[in-house]
Amino acid sequence: MAGPRNEPAFRQTWLILGASSAAARAFAHRAAGSGAQVLLAGRDAEDLHAQAADLSLRHDVPAEALRLDVRDLDSHAAFAAGCAARSSGQLNIFAAVGAMPEQQRLDHDVALLRDTVETNFTGLVSVLAAFTPALTRQRGGTMMVMGSVAGDRGRKGNYLYGATKAALHAWLQGHAARLSASGVRVVCLKAGVIDTAMTWALPRLPFTVSPQAFARAAWKLVGRGPQGAYVPRIWQPIMLIIRLLPTPVFNRMNF
Amino acid sequence: MNQISTSDRPTAEAPAPEALVETAPAPAAAAGWKEVELRSWGRVPRTRSLAARPERMRELRACLAAGGEVALRPLLARGAGRSYGDACLNDGGAVILTERLNRILSFDPASGLVVVEPGVTFADLLATFLPRGFRVPVSPGTSFVTVGGAVANDVHGKNQHVSGCFGDCVEWLDLLLADGSVRRLSPSEESELFDATIGGIGLTGIILAVCLRLLPVESPALLVRRQRMDSLDAFLAGFRAAEQVTFSVGWIDVLAEGAALGRGILETAEPAPCGVVAPPPPRPKRLPLDLPSWALNSQSVRAFNALYWRRARPEAREAVSNYAPFFYPLDAITDWNRLYGPRGFHQFQCVVPIEAGEAPLRRLLAAARAGGGASFLAVLKVMGAPGRGLLSFARPGISLALDFAAGTGTHALFATLERITLEAGGRIYLAKDALMSPESFRAMYPRAPALQEVRERVDPHRRFSSGMSRRLGLG
Repeated sequence: MAGPRNEPAFRQTWLILGASSAAARAFAHRAAGSGAQVLLAGRDAEDLHAQAADLSLRHDVPAEALRLDVRDLDSHAAFAAGCAARSSGQLNIFAAVGAMPEQQRLDHDVALLRDTVETNFTGLVSVLAAFTPALTRQRGGTMMVMGSVAGDRGRKGNYLYGATKAALHAWLQGHAARLSASGVRVVCLKAGVIDTAMTWALPRLPFTVSPQAFARAAWKLVGRGPQGAYVPRIWQPIMLIIRLLPTPVFNRMNF
Repeated sequence: MNQISTSDRPTAEAPAPEALVETAPAPAAAAGWKEVELRSWGRVPRTRSLAARPERMRELRACLAAGGEVALRPLLARGAGRSYGDACLNDGGAVILTERLNRILSFDPASGLVVVEPGVTFADLLATFLPRGFRVPVSPGTSFVTVGGAVANDVHGKNQHVSGCFGDCVEWLDLLLADGSVRRLSPSEESELFDATIGGIGLTGIILAVCLRLLPVESPALLVRRQRMDSLDAFLAGFRAAEQVTFSVGWIDVLAEGAALGRGILETAEPAPCGVVAPPPPRPKRLPLDLPSWALNSQSVRAFNALYWRRARPEAREAVSNYAPFFYPLDAITDWNRLYGPRGFHQFQCVVPIEAGEAPLRRLLAAARAGGGASFLAVLKVMGAPGRGLLSFARPGISLALDFAAGTGTHALFATLERITLEAGGRIYLAKDALMSPESFRAMYPRAPALQEVRERVDPHRRFSSGMSRRLGLG
């Protein structure tokens, strides 16, 4: 295979959590395109293997696949240590971990409820927290995590998902404050609707962006920008209005 | 060691973290389906299908296994939707969009062998491998075509007379069959199913991976020669003189009449030698809206064609060009199909045997002009060896491609063009066709029964079919 240079001359390493999702894939291409080493973590080994090969061939950077199940909390410390050992440059993290089951199914399925909370919140923050020592030690780097506009105000259609994202947003605010002294930037991307497998079967929503457009906007926020950012930015005014809607009006809306 | 390394970088120094011990297998991905409107590149007809757009192989396999409504419908894989007719359509059926299965899986610079997922496009291959000194041996006229679609239509390029069809550079491919099994096909392994799949318009199964042999190049540029041709005779003589040249294509001014009939520009090209570089091409432009249907009429096309013809000098001119602008001139305008307005257009492409001489070409051009439709694009190409696929288009002869805005006279005009082609012993290109009759199809594609035998064996319940296959009587 042509490609990966043998000397670890890479100044940056991007660890992508939940790397099989379309948004994460697009972001990984941005990172690899900038010349960074890429580590892909997730559960679908076949898919991550294909993606690692693709990234290293297209961008001529080292890329490898790592198995990670965020719900396996006990595994996180060792996972973080392994990633730190593998990264040849400054470690950065992009996380696109999340499941969005139908709200109605969650009403009856306790196992699914627990699984969703563990995936979207408990597991995700646990694995992110496991990187605190490594990030603090290197005194720099970016941790970019996909939140959602659904976390801004719980709505009928998917408020369990929204609740996990709201919890994540708050956790990231605190984590950002904690790591800021070490020069580590923690960014919460409040993502709008992205055209991915997660939203494919839903009715077409306005302001839907391609994964590539999302990744382009997210990449611009690496190294600068606010702690919490709407991506794309059109969602900032939209969510302002939605948050300000009087409760009686909001409750009558069907979305 | 459960880390899944695809990097050549030694990773032995990194301890295998215990965290990477496999916990649970990845969940069975439930594929999402929704009702969508699909059109082909000609933008006519409009169809409705249930569509899924898998992002990983696991999801693709789940698509095939899907129950309920989907299981009752005929199924078709669709790449970029760049075929012009109904080969990529499945009205009332189910369609699997493969555009997001677009990973380059491996590459060996020693042999030039590259393995890709079906949604990888020619643009991807060009961008990734030309800088490394490799090109795809056969490329169609747009870079937005997927490799899966190129296999299914056994596409050809400007070097067909020298290098054959796309199927000829396929070393092997993996095919997902109706029963969920996967077969590796090649000219030596399961060659019958291989030949049914090359140019098989998606009727044998879903392509999962394709191994191609890329060709080394010395330079990322081409030496292009453009020459004005005053008549059809001159054109054919020009093609004959360029028999040994790697790339050749002709553009014809369809509206020229009398002695000027068949006048146009012959472009030939050879890969440039080491050290030659070309200026970077301009960024592609978009056509942001449909032009009104009347915008392309015989007056405007006549004016354009005359201008285009005059711009080329009477004497041959040589220039250095990049691959992209020579291979994919129309990619410079991303949505050029909108030129024909909201009603869409049809492309007619046929190949007629060389023995038939220029008479059928004259008849076709005369019919095109009499049909009243202004053909913006008329492309002439000499073809050599036949494609290996059972429904491959290519055969020795001369190929003519014409575009017509869809309208009231289109069906009658296409019936005439079809009859002339049939009488000349030629055939119509399935990748372009939306109107051919089943009778003409049977006459033009004598190996179709062999395809049906293969389908009887691998897909007896006809899980896979398309708008085209049903129209042409293939079921």
